[in-house]
Amino acid sequence: MSANFTIDGKTVAIAEGQTIIQAALAAGVYIPHLCYHPEFKPHGSCKLCTVKVGGRQSASCTTLAQAGMVVESDTPALNDERRTLIEMLFVEGNHFCPSCERSGDCKLQATAYDLSMMSAHFDHFFPNRPVDASHPDVLLDFNRCILCSLCVRASRDVDGKNAFALCGRGIKTHLIVNAKSGRLADTDVGLQDKAVQVCPVGVFLRKDKGFNVPIGKRVFDLKPVSAYVDATAALAKEQQ
Amino acid sequence: MSYKLETAEHPGALRRVAIDAVSRVEGHGKVTILLDERNQVRQVRLHIVEFRGFERFIQGRPYWEVPVTVQRLCGICPVSHHLAASKALDQVVGVTRLTPTAEKIRRLMHYGQILQSHALHFFYLASPDLLFGFDSDLTRRNIVGLAAAHPQTAKRGVLLRKFGQEVIRITAGKRVHGTGSIPGGVNKAVTREERALLLADIYQIVGWSRDAVRLIKELHAQNAALYNSFGVCRSNTMSLVGANGDLEFYHGSLRARDAGGNILFDDVDYCDYSQHIQEEVKPWSYMKFPFLAAFGKRNGWYKVGPLARVQNCDRIPTPLAEVERREFSDYCGGLPTHAPLAYHWARMIEMLHAAETIKDLLHDDDILGDDLVRTGTRATEGVGVIEAPRGTLIHHYRVDEDDLVTMCNLIVSTTHNNQAMNEAIRQVAARYLQGREVTEGLLNHIEGAIRCFDPCLSCATHALGQMPLAVELVDAEGRLVHTLARNGDGSFACSGD
Repeated sequence: MSANFTIDGKTVAIAEGQTIIQAALAAGVYIPHLCYHPEFKPHGSCKLCTVKVGGRQSASCTTLAQAGMVVESDTPALNDERRTLIEMLFVEGNHFCPSCERSGDCKLQATAYDLSMMSAHFDHFFPNRPVDASHPDVLLDFNRCILCSLCVRASRDVDGKNAFALCGRGIKTHLIVNAKSGRLADTDVGLQDKAVQVCPVGVFLRKDKGFNVPIGKRVFDLKPVSAYVDATAALAKEQQ
Repeated sequence: MSYKLETAEHPGALRRVAIDAVSRVEGHGKVTILLDERNQVRQVRLHIVEFRGFERFIQGRPYWEVPVTVQRLCGICPVSHHLAASKALDQVVGVTRLTPTAEKIRRLMHYGQILQSHALHFFYLASPDLLFGFDSDLTRRNIVGLAAAHPQTAKRGVLLRKFGQEVIRITAGKRVHGTGSIPGGVNKAVTREERALLLADIYQIVGWSRDAVRLIKELHAQNAALYNSFGVCRSNTMSLVGANGDLEFYHGSLRARDAGGNILFDDVDYCDYSQHIQEEVKPWSYMKFPFLAAFGKRNGWYKVGPLARVQNCDRIPTPLAEVERREFSDYCGGLPTHAPLAYHWARMIEMLHAAETIKDLLHDDDILGDDLVRTGTRATEGVGVIEAPRGTLIHHYRVDEDDLVTMCNLIVSTTHNNQAMNEAIRQVAARYLQGREVTEGLLNHIEGAIRCFDPCLSCATHALGQMPLAVELVDAEGRLVHTLARNGDGSFACSGD
């Protein structure tokens, strides 16, 4: 007999070693997330996947699922906190959806819509983050970085290039290119790299892509992020 | 070309009346009037106090983002900026000729834009003045009053605009601020279902457009003295024209005529616009004053927009609109008219032409194609020019080897018409304000003259009668003696002696 736990009253089966979010997504139960990616070790930084287990809050991407757990996720209180986290991400960077080519294909935007975010509430930081357009095929727009570190992990763990890093501490943490010049052109990053394809927002842009997907055909035009069994896979397909 | 009333000799001794703010695209304008002790008009200026930040903040952004970003300049005619930028960036990506599908989809989008914008301007913004009178009851002088007094006219105006918006939605992805046009082509064609949806209504739209021309002709006939003389300002005119001198909104070469209709230049490649157009800066306005370089600042200013286009072309390549153009030309005695109110007549002829062109494009199977984008050899510079609903629109970009924009120059329709609008309001102020107390109705004459040129201004100034306006009378010592203010809710407040 397999082990189970419940999430919002629904029974979910546990495969050995699964975290709460892995088991939930496998069972078709959506938990909002940004830094979690099924192909990478959990990072636990965005905290959007926070759930309540036995009265305590914990990140579902870093908490092992255990038999008999009673997990709350889709509750007004948790969704309020998630919305606040999203709002803070929006004000920390420069997220101008109207002119962003990843609009409609952006997990941050889609999650904000899904959580009914109506405004950013907080004062915008308007950080000064110049783009890195030095690479012939890939443009880096740091304005949109949410520090999920997926590109860092992908470049290190999959591509074996270690081309990116998070630099600085606390509120000054920022994404850098691991080259002496700091320019993407001076790395061996290529279009086929996992790091280029894994960004959930609009930092990594293929120069040959632009707005070539019409409105109505973009990933989150078709259905909201919470309705995808695997939004990450849908986005990856779009980015190839 | 007259500069009378632009600058008074002793402004310090004159009373100042200000209409502040008259809004325009993404910004604000104001009108200032200086009166002497006998209420004689001595100086009138339309000041545009806009800050056009787009030229600066587009620098450092990737070029493919530009057609989507710059259309945010405007909520009424964003398609014009979307397409002008795309045309400039076609050159940057080395595409000199689009696929037939891409060009026709862009044309469809643009003519949908012309249709909806002209319908919006005429029915929502201008017609209350024309049907009720400039100094009619303020509470009726708006689209709601129009709907009450002329329900069929108002309904048709709404539905004409709606149809144009649907054409844009289908070609650009959204009614406002879509993404359909991309450097080198478009990102979507029209499906058979979408074509059928538009074809179901297009014949009705053509019919209503004909009726709209009929309506403005009747208004001219009923009050020819007003229509032919209100704010007349003789000037050169400029527009794109197509092959054989056709009326053309999407692509063509530049042609200019003098006030008498004689050709000043023709068949000019718009990429050379900077050789033919220069801009003068005046200390009292943030908006530049363009002029035709060969004719200098004083004699080179010109009008753009429907009145310029309909009189600048040799023919309109759709039959119903061409018949109307000929009748318009006959009405004017075969000579160019420079009466601002004739803009509305020309605008309705253009709306009919747009409806006819949309009908023809909908019957063209190329719009269903799947060959959407071309590529070519990268260049570093591009110029895109298009006839926006209210006039010639110029976009000019330079792009570096990393694909980032390094320079952006935009000359928008309102800028071309700057001097003409100033001249028109001077004529109107001299005729209607001379020796009289300022009233809301008199103010509206001035706004009405501005509206003829630029519905972006009209949009804000005529927003259901709720545009906040303040008129102040200041005596020679600078003391405020009288104010008349229209509040945001449309109510009026007076103070002073």
